[in-house]
Amino acid sequence: MAANNDDVKLIGAWPSPYVMRPRIALNLKSVEYEFLQEQFGSKSELLLKSNPVHKKIPVLLHNGKPICESSIIVEYIDEVWSSGPSILPADAHDRALARFWAAYLDEKWFPNVRAAPRAATEEAKSAAVSQLKEGLALLEGAYGEISRGKDFFGGERIGFLDIAFGSMLGWLRAVQVMLGGVKLLDEEKTPGLVKWADKFSADPAVKDVLPETEKLLEFAKILMAKAKPAAS
Amino acid sequence: MAEQVKVLGSWGSPFSKRVELALKLKCVNYECIEQDLANKSQLLLDYNPVHKKIPVLIHNGKPIVESLVILEYIDETWRHNSIFPHDPYEKAMARFWAKFIDEKCNEGVWKIMWCKEEERGKLVEEVLQHFGTLEGQLKDKKFFGGEEIGMVDIAANFIGYWLGLVQEAIGMELVTRDKFPVLCRWMDEFVGHSVVKPILPPRDELLAIFKARFNATAWEY
Repeated sequence: MAANNDDVKLIGAWPSPYVMRPRIALNLKSVEYEFLQEQFGSKSELLLKSNPVHKKIPVLLHNGKPICESSIIVEYIDEVWSSGPSILPADAHDRALARFWAAYLDEKWFPNVRAAPRAATEEAKSAAVSQLKEGLALLEGAYGEISRGKDFFGGERIGFLDIAFGSMLGWLRAVQVMLGGVKLLDEEKTPGLVKWADKFSADPAVKDVLPETEKLLEFAKILMAKAKPAAS
Repeated sequence: MAEQVKVLGSWGSPFSKRVELALKLKCVNYECIEQDLANKSQLLLDYNPVHKKIPVLIHNGKPIVESLVILEYIDETWRHNSIFPHDPYEKAMARFWAKFIDEKCNEGVWKIMWCKEEERGKLVEEVLQHFGTLEGQLKDKKFFGGEEIGMVDIAANFIGYWLGLVQEAIGMELVTRDKFPVLCRWMDEFVGHSVVKPILPPRDELLAIFKARFNATAWEY
């Protein structure tokens, strides 16, 4: 299916958790690729041409063919580079669970990670934080069930759900700081996830692509400044 | 042990019908357990504690939820009569368009159904653009899946059947034959398909429900 002389490029940006996902997947499969970093504030011609529908990163270009949407890219990588370690679980029900939780994270949980520090009122902030904590409690339960005593959601090795959730760790840690040190991942309430987060972050496929909290905090300041209306 | 396949669903729900359509295409026998969404059963709450929604597929006692996740599960479990393409790139494209249908087309129509009057113009313009993008994927194919129905056709079932009824109920035409001839041609093929047609909910009953719901919210157009 995939050959050694395949041309693999990834259009993305270092702060994006969605971009991290295919990077981890390519690392797990030991696939060499060229990382095409988008400039903050503008979209390249290549991005607009490769993802005309959404105009968003990440986009994987495999021998010139574009694949868009982070989870779809990860599944594609798993299927194409099938000789490498599997990213999706082997069992169909386990795969369904992994996909379910990945969709939950994207649709219900991560939007609150972004919304919490930008909330206009203390009330809204508090509500966002509660929802984040509720989601993490659910994930702690899922981790207990799915990992079956092993280190990762994927078992002995990082898998699809580890990538889907772990890609958000950088921003989760940054948001904890931005919220004045609120503990979202908590040794008492989510002990499994705390241990998992450390192991995930240290994994060779992850550590070079997981952004440092300080860098994300600096980036967040630029983002927030840009979002403020210009003074007249 | 005989295989046990159950679907917790609702007769009028397009999401529920996605699952039933996939099972029918695979000739898998199943029991449909009708759910009262106004009064959710303990069974539903037990099997889908996170979202408390239908559809739920229960296969030999194990639940799978979220209709697109269920479609993947069905295709991986009953491998004959594939609804996904085999080629990884084509499969990625199918997943992309199914997601687009849910997030842009269906969600777009939903927003229009419930929006304030002043927001309507912009939302309509956006959703028409999305329908145009989707129509572009059909070109001269009979179905999104080619000669036969595939995963994207199943995902587009709301557009295939329910959309027409919603438009009639709210008195607004979004997808018309003159503006979207290719999409409308696909809709005809879809509802006429031998496996789709028998499981579509009855038109008059569904229309009556939509009309009642929109009259209740005093839709003004």
